[in-house]
Amino acid sequence: MTVVFTITLVLLCTAGVLTFARVLLGPSTLDRIAAVDVFVILIVAATAVYVAVYRDRSNIALLAAVALLGFVGSAAAARLVERRERHR
Amino acid sequence: MSVLSAAALLSGAASCLLGALGLLRFPDLPTRLQAATKPQTLGLLLILLGTALRLEPAGAASLALVALFQVITAPVISQLLGRAAYRSGALRRDVLVTDDLADRLSNGTQ
Repeated sequence: MTVVFTITLVLLCTAGVLTFARVLLGPSTLDRIAAVDVFVILIVAATAVYVAVYRDRSNIALLAAVALLGFVGSAAAARLVERRERHR
Repeated sequence: MSVLSAAALLSGAASCLLGALGLLRFPDLPTRLQAATKPQTLGLLLILLGTALRLEPAGAASLALVALFQVITAPVISQLLGRAAYRSGALRRDVLVTDDLADRLSNGTQ
């Protein structure tokens, strides 16, 4: 099972690096928002793997909180960018 | 049970990686959004399933809540970003096959 957890975390870390490359490359702000949203989900997934490794229920509330924070942040940023583009 | 959990965790992480690869390689925002939905729903749901199989039922129930929330919010984000992308012109017209929204917008109905 340890091998499975290691492979899972390596795959998630590689995905995180690729996603963060998109955050840095852009080109538009909307691309960055989409990539940051995926990055938050990858953090949630990695925390879920942590919960699976240690069978530790105390971090499940953290999963819900981070997922909620990611949703509110991305939605607010997308609305802000759209409003800014319309007034240009 | 352990084999099922391992399979769910591994396939979830693999689909997260494929989605991230698509996010990096695809040409414009709508196609990238399509790739982004893979880690957002399939990848996360599989990983949560793999985790839930290793926990007792009470823990699995709260993980199901996270999964439900994610399934509700991921389309909202995609729709907001797609709408903002269309209106700010952040999409490439040369890779677009059809544009049904253009007729509606030109009619002034928005």
